[in-house]
Amino acid sequence: MARTFSVRTQPGFTFIAMFCFFLLYLPIVTLVVYAFNSGQSVAIWEGFSFRWFESAWHNRAVQEASLRSIFLAAFAATLSTLVATMAALATTRTAPYPGLTFKYAFINQPLMVPEIVTAVALLIVFSRIKVWTGYSGIAYLLAAHTAFCIPFAYLPIRARLENMDLTLERAAADLYATPWNAFKRVTLPLLWPGIIAGFMLAFVISLDDVVITEFVKSGGQETLPTYMLGQLRRVVTPEINAIATVFLLISVAFVTTFFIINRRKP
Amino acid sequence: MATPREIAVAAEQRDIRNRWLLSSPALIIIFLAAIGPLFVVLLYSFMLKGDYGDVKPWQFSSDGWFGVFLQRDIFDDTLTIADAHISIFWRSVKLSLVTTLVTLFLGFPTAYFIATRPPQRRDIWLFLVTIPFWTNILIRTFAMQEVIRNEGIVNSVMIWIGLISAPVQIMFTDWAILFGMAYVYLPLMVLPLYASMEKIDFRLVEAGYDLYATRLQVLWRIIIPLVKPGIIAGSILVFIPSLGAYVTPRVLGGGKNMMLGNLIELQFGQGRNWPLGAALSITLMIIVTFALLVYVRNASKSGGSHG
Amino acid sequence: MKWKLTAALAGAAFFAAAGTAHAEGELNIYNWGNYTSPEMIKKFEEAYKVKVTITDYDSNDTALAKVRAGGHGFDIVVPSASFVQIWVKEGLLLESRPDQMENFKNVDERWVNLDWDPGRHYSVPWLWGLMGTVVDTSIYKGDINTSAIWLDPPPELVGKINVAPEMTDVMYSAIRYMGGKWCTDDKEVLKKVRDKLIEAKPKWIAMDYGTIEKFASRDYAAAFYWNGAAMRSREQNKDVRFGYPKEGFAYFMDSAAILKDAKNPDNAKLFLNFIMDPENAAMISNFAKYANGIKGSQPFMDPAMKDAPELNVPAEFQAAGEFLTTCSPEVTDIYAKIWQQLLK
Repeated sequence: MARTFSVRTQPGFTFIAMFCFFLLYLPIVTLVVYAFNSGQSVAIWEGFSFRWFESAWHNRAVQEASLRSIFLAAFAATLSTLVATMAALATTRTAPYPGLTFKYAFINQPLMVPEIVTAVALLIVFSRIKVWTGYSGIAYLLAAHTAFCIPFAYLPIRARLENMDLTLERAAADLYATPWNAFKRVTLPLLWPGIIAGFMLAFVISLDDVVITEFVKSGGQETLPTYMLGQLRRVVTPEINAIATVFLLISVAFVTTFFIINRRKP
Repeated sequence: MATPREIAVAAEQRDIRNRWLLSSPALIIIFLAAIGPLFVVLLYSFMLKGDYGDVKPWQFSSDGWFGVFLQRDIFDDTLTIADAHISIFWRSVKLSLVTTLVTLFLGFPTAYFIATRPPQRRDIWLFLVTIPFWTNILIRTFAMQEVIRNEGIVNSVMIWIGLISAPVQIMFTDWAILFGMAYVYLPLMVLPLYASMEKIDFRLVEAGYDLYATRLQVLWRIIIPLVKPGIIAGSILVFIPSLGAYVTPRVLGGGKNMMLGNLIELQFGQGRNWPLGAALSITLMIIVTFALLVYVRNASKSGGSHG
Repeated sequence: MKWKLTAALAGAAFFAAAGTAHAEGELNIYNWGNYTSPEMIKKFEEAYKVKVTITDYDSNDTALAKVRAGGHGFDIVVPSASFVQIWVKEGLLLESRPDQMENFKNVDERWVNLDWDPGRHYSVPWLWGLMGTVVDTSIYKGDINTSAIWLDPPPELVGKINVAPEMTDVMYSAIRYMGGKWCTDDKEVLKKVRDKLIEAKPKWIAMDYGTIEKFASRDYAAAFYWNGAAMRSREQNKDVRFGYPKEGFAYFMDSAAILKDAKNPDNAKLFLNFIMDPENAAMISNFAKYANGIKGSQPFMDPAMKDAPELNVPAEFQAAGEFLTTCSPEVTDIYAKIWQQLLK
């Protein structure tokens, strides 16, 4: 039998993709392996042990910082994806109208600014507000994170919308679907992969942030990255690997659950 | 009674009003927590530097901007072009461009691979791409350090195979920064690429083959134009953070090989020259904006005609 | 439904987080990362029924910028010696008079009359140490008690040296190495200093923090770094030795002080008094691996630290050690410019 001709394959792509996955996981595997090192070093293997997991478990600072990071990322990613979806719907699939380019530039603006600049700008402005209002809670971090997550959520959603077929929505409208119903039943399901991509990007970006958080945080608002930045200067032990490993496990669990729930939907 | 034309105009105006309403939450958040404060940075770039960081409020000076391009010798007061700044600018642009190309080269086939899996498996692959990135950038950079250091995996394997006889110094070089940034920003390329590839209509590809196109022609003439928005989005998402990168050059470059992000941070930190830092930041933003305009214009001009 | 749930959870967590912000009996400490002993904090919390929160910074300049901007919510900060005067001049510190506190009698006289805080009206010793040379003696066997290790490196060490990116200490060592005095504005000397640094830089592999694990992995063979870190490096790589540069070395001391706009000044005062207790000071030392400035803390220290050659300056080198004064802004400006040329 002749080999079936697949219109989808491109020569070498699978190989590069596999290589890419290998590259992605090589450092991660190293990281996880050293989490179980019984020695003090993140570079020299001395034997298997759980001591760093134990020490991370008893480290109150690490626990608090981890929870805060997750909470921040979840909040910022949810809110930014929501407003970015709305903004993407408002800026695509339309004839140019006054202010369209302005909006596009405005929404992407946080991308054009190096983190350190935003960080210093926010330090100056937010600390004035903190002094005036007397409130120095976590809302500042939430606002800052949401703002720089918006373009990351916006871009994939917009990319998805731009190439979306309009005929289905028109058909829905022709069948007297209300705009809301047409959106919910037709546009949203088609848009969903873009929204998920946007949400995940935003989540990762928020979880990653070091510089802005370092400048905006008030007392007791350590996140995991800023906690680690503090460690960096002194000594790096496999405790950091252990924390990262636990984070990996949690995210795998979280993602799997998310996945299963999503699967159940018709 | 309204003419049909008036009704159409009214509908259009309503549409525009709705679109403003719909986008306003995003615009407001960005204004309050990102753009608005930047005006302060602009203002600071024109002020006199404070003795120990910060600025002297409302004492204006052009020293900050002066320092971006020119330097005065400490000892003989001669004025020269700030070649150190220019070489850092150049290195940042170069490394960021190469990073973008590397991630595109690796990310495109990966996204394509994922997008051509059966629908129910795609999400699994996609999650496989993102999972390493649910650990933060500092940890990932550390992990990269383990891989490329002298006694790390890469060197050990190369020695074991017999490719090299002594470890190659990768850590603390521009290569280390490049590898690190490519690794760190790879998902920012894959995700948007995937989002636009996922909905490729393969009947178009089939039609291409029916017309005796080769695989390369199909890739070049059909697939790439279809996923252009994804390529644009991915490249922007990788290029700009690379240009202002701070953590990766700091950890992998060993503090000796600075990029723009580090140069700016230095001014706000130990350099205690906030106006210069502010002016450098704005210069960087101007470069980014300019690069973006050129890129988007060229990208949307060439290639296929699509959304 | 899913997003509603998420939103509800996020909202709940938000208010939970906001709600705990202002309970009774709090203390907010702003300190270097990985520098505050958790056992000591626990002991303080139990003794005074105060909830302590620790937030990290990673440089004196970050801490200064943040506190000066206001609205930070911190009570205690731990600046380095050369920064204390800046904090005082900028009016950021409370004159809390630690010298009148009960436990002040424990402070070693050596650390009382220092020109950044004469008589200790503002600050209490936290930890002290010094910067010298750290060398892997399996690679270089010559004299390590000299700044030549990193300013005129022997061939074995070229390309394997890390220099801590600390402007003050690097400038000090280089000035002393070239025969000058600290805070000098002698252009001839400074020019030689600059040329020497710029000549030496290509022979270094990095200017970075975090050397301990890199001595263990043998990525570095030498460094200009802190003594406490050198001791930790020796624990992981037995060939590592610490050298006291005979040309001159600079002590550092970080001191805890209360901020003028502290919300809990009374708890902060309790804390300052608390850390002047020998047992508590030893806890800080045992955690961060540096010496403290409190008399009588020796019996409570880890045995490994008591006789560590890195922490006990040998008598023959004591004369070479010096505490750095804060130079005038003009001189600091020149030093900063040289430093910047070096970093580029």
